Amino acid sequence: MSIDWFPLRLSLEVAAGATAVSLVIGVWLAWLLANKSFRGKEVLDALTALPLALPPTVLGYYLLVLIGRSSVIGRAWEAVTGAPLVFTWRAAVIASTLHAIPLLVKSSRAALENIDRAFERAGRSLGASEWRLFWRVSLPLARRPIAAATALAFARSLGDFGATLMIAGNIPGRTQTAAIAIYDAVESGDSRTSLILVLVISALTALIVFLANRLEQRRGGAVL
Amino acid sequence: MLTAAIRKTFAEGQDSAAFTLDVQFEAAAGVTALYGPSGSGKTLTLDMIAGFAQAEAGRILLDDRILFDSGARVNLRPQERACGYVFQNHALFPHMTLRENLAFAAQGLPRLERHRRIAEQLDRFKLTALAGRLPHQLSGGEKQRGSIARALLASPRAVLLDEPARGLDFALRADFHELVQQMRASLEIPILLVTHDLEECFALADRMLIYEAGRIVHRGAVSELRSSPGTAAVARLMGGFNVYAAEVLALDPGRQSSRVRLLDTELDGPHLPGCFLGDQISLCARPEELRVANSPGKNRIRVDLVRTKERAQLVDADFGSELVVSVSRERWAEVSEAGPKAGWWVEIPAAALRPLSSAPAPR
Repeated sequence: MSIDWFPLRLSLEVAAGATAVSLVIGVWLAWLLANKSFRGKEVLDALTALPLALPPTVLGYYLLVLIGRSSVIGRAWEAVTGAPLVFTWRAAVIASTLHAIPLLVKSSRAALENIDRAFERAGRSLGASEWRLFWRVSLPLARRPIAAATALAFARSLGDFGATLMIAGNIPGRTQTAAIAIYDAVESGDSRTSLILVLVISALTALIVFLANRLEQRRGGAVL
Repeated sequence: MLTAAIRKTFAEGQDSAAFTLDVQFEAAAGVTALYGPSGSGKTLTLDMIAGFAQAEAGRILLDDRILFDSGARVNLRPQERACGYVFQNHALFPHMTLRENLAFAAQGLPRLERHRRIAEQLDRFKLTALAGRLPHQLSGGEKQRGSIARALLASPRAVLLDEPARGLDFALRADFHELVQQMRASLEIPILLVTHDLEECFALADRMLIYEAGRIVHRGAVSELRSSPGTAAVARLMGGFNVYAAEVLALDPGRQSSRVRLLDTELDGPHLPGCFLGDQISLCARPEELRVANSPGKNRIRVDLVRTKERAQLVDADFGSELVVSVSRERWAEVSEAGPKAGWWVEIPAAALRPLSSAPAPR
């Protein structure tokens, strides 16, 4: 009996999409929190950490309320694209993104705050715009810890279960990711499928964590 | 011309006392040294001029541009201030080569012009061979040249140097002094130098602002301050002066001389205009102007050696009671051999004694 590789492929695609989206949003939020002072900063700080603490099903519930078929966002999406947002791979990306953002914000903010202020001041006094300063100075100086956090965020997205199940469902061949397929296989007594998926996911995750640690450790010397 | 009048108060913190910076000064083209102990507000002044810190009240003008004016609510961003800042740790971007660091500063220029200016600057600062290196592959002196070259590439209208020679050894310090002198000669802009090294002020600066606890307590041309600090308080603050309490015993305006008693010894003194017989006055003398001898003589005081401090070319001999004498190593070798047996005398030439007003330092 040949094994269905679709859940694994979908998981990788969803994780890649979620990592890309959360990298952009997460680094932007981290930059805001590290450099700006504004009203509601502490609320934003707490909100970005919340997905890490909330039970995944609770998070999934909120997402259903926020982007479900009867919500404002859900209806707007349906009006524009002609299809609902929930119970698609896109919804799985949204769920994974939300789980990945706290990791990225936390690490990126620490990395950005760790940069010697003199570098940013030097850049400003040399006439560089804030935008140029970010791309040419801050981001390159913080790139290792941010890359490590990105790798961990990918691993985290790869294994998302609760929120994804709530909002994207368990539709084989469409929204069934590897984590959900493992649960399904165990439930239906298909121990071969579950074992293979478990081994592949474990190997992948271990590789990513190892990579992330390497990135973190090689910080001294040339970069900082 | 840079004109600054700035004030800022910091409330008492958990591990810091309340602090008020309140200074007004003008800095024309040339080197103006901000001299004083750490924590007196020198670097804070630079940061406010550069736009890294904001004053509560005041105005900062650079040439005809207003950089900051609390009354008119003007506060230019650091990017718009055209102040070249040289940081204590050089702040060369660690992930860029020296050439890329310079290119970062020359961003606004057209491509060909940029390449030409960078090449010129590398050449002028003797960095051409090192252009491809990362900052961590450069020595302290090379980093220093690189950071100054970078700051000047952005065509600043004022240069702010924050203790740039701190931590450099003697040879590198000399190189740095040469660099500042070159900069002073080739650029007609104000150069502000924060330092707590008096010799650096004397070697480099045209004018000095003496800071203490957030205020400028004295200011003036270095050449004047150097020969006559004016008051005993400033002489003590500047350091490097022996300050004496003395009594006027005789006055001879015709021969431009006097007799004074100091350290319980009667000596020939300088011309003392405005003094009367019996006045208690303060006099100061620089250690370089005193002499060490092994025999008694005119204007010599018998002393005991307390300690010595060796510097690069000089030896500072401390004979206690405000009798620090700086002599060349050669001279020291001569006298220190005979000293323990024959005894020590310090000669205070009348010309070395300069009258000080006893008034406290002006606020």
